[in-house]
Amino acid sequence: MSIPQRQDVPADLAIVTGLKSGDQGAMAQLYDRYSSVVYAVALRVLGDTGAAEDVLQEVFLQLWRNPGAFDAARGSLATWLAVITRNRAIDALRKRRPETDIEDIVLSVAPDLAGDAERARAAEKIRGVLGAMAAGQRQALEMAYWEGMSHSEIADKTGEPLGTIKTRIRTGLITLRKTFQG
Amino acid sequence: MSEHEQYADDLALYALDVLTGEERVKIAQHVATCASCRAELERLRGDTALLALSAAGPRPPQRSRQRLLDAVAHEARTRTARNVMVKTGGRSWWGWAGWAAAVVAIMFAVSLWRENFSLHQMLTSADAQAAENARQLEALRKIAAPILEPEAQRVTLVAAKTPPQPQGKAFYLRNRNSLVFLANNMPALPAQKAYELWLIPTSGNPIPAGVFKPDAHGSATVVNPPLPAGVEAKAFAITVENQAGAATPTMPIVMMGAGE
Repeated sequence: MSIPQRQDVPADLAIVTGLKSGDQGAMAQLYDRYSSVVYAVALRVLGDTGAAEDVLQEVFLQLWRNPGAFDAARGSLATWLAVITRNRAIDALRKRRPETDIEDIVLSVAPDLAGDAERARAAEKIRGVLGAMAAGQRQALEMAYWEGMSHSEIADKTGEPLGTIKTRIRTGLITLRKTFQG
Repeated sequence: MSEHEQYADDLALYALDVLTGEERVKIAQHVATCASCRAELERLRGDTALLALSAAGPRPPQRSRQRLLDAVAHEARTRTARNVMVKTGGRSWWGWAGWAAAVVAIMFAVSLWRENFSLHQMLTSADAQAAENARQLEALRKIAAPILEPEAQRVTLVAAKTPPQPQGKAFYLRNRNSLVFLANNMPALPAQKAYELWLIPTSGNPIPAGVFKPDAHGSATVVNPPLPAGVEAKAFAITVENQAGAATPTMPIVMMGAGE
């Protein structure tokens, strides 16, 4: 699978370069560009505007303190921030200490998610795929992703076997991936 | 079923950050040594990013931007305050003092020039010393980086067909009161628990030498914990304690080693 050239990479690179040199203007650009993504993810997990705002602050400040944690060669800031935010929001939801450092979050995303318009189109597509999934699979995937529930907790709650839950989650993720594969 | 297929489902749970306990440690250890599963983990994390982007909602409140920029400015000021020497401003004596003040000012200026010259010589010497210190520090950093940097790849070699075992290495310089401890393959602990390292002296009670929790790969480091000066170590040991640490070890000892 080839990964298309992302138009947002130069802009991301400029922002991260600015952050590395302590440029507060770069932080303002980062906020203007990605705060809506970060806040939407945090709010979806936490369901509380104050808590979502706190996670937003924490995620951006972490990047300010450690801009080297993001590798622009590996993907766009939007997707990386979305993953970091979801993980931090789940940590907050489940009142646990973060177990994964942001430096350890390396991801590979195929679709071009250059700007707001591309991300909005992708979001629409993802919602369509989720809507078309079997109810049990969508439920397992969403419980794990948006509620941070372990496979054991999901199995207890749904009464489905552990192995079924695990497989549904993995195949659900891969179904999403295939949607964007040319 | 191939080895990779065996890990496939758990890899997805690991990508979602919902795998816990021994299963988490097992996957983390496997990913650390398997490039194929590491690549799949990156793809699965990419898939989770797609899920995240499906979230839609209102924009953050207006105050949030200023709150963030204020916090950033505060941190930047704190950094600057640490790094910048305080400068005192000059004052003009000429406008109001007359000839007598002018003479005093000239004498003062000469005195300042002499002091400045002397300080300049001291600074030149200090610069040379600082450059030498920086060179030595850089050399030490290069040596320490593969050991201490979180992104360093850590590989433990064991006899073939032997599963990786928890392992710890303590490097202790008694005369410099310096201790570096590295651990790997450590099993994860419940949230409220942590490992505690103990220095066992040749006489007397065990001395706490740092509390640590392993990362997702089971690795951990303890660098220069506070220790009493010049204690000779007979051995080092590890126990499981509450995460705040303990003053005396709680049995059982989970790992122990004497000097090599």
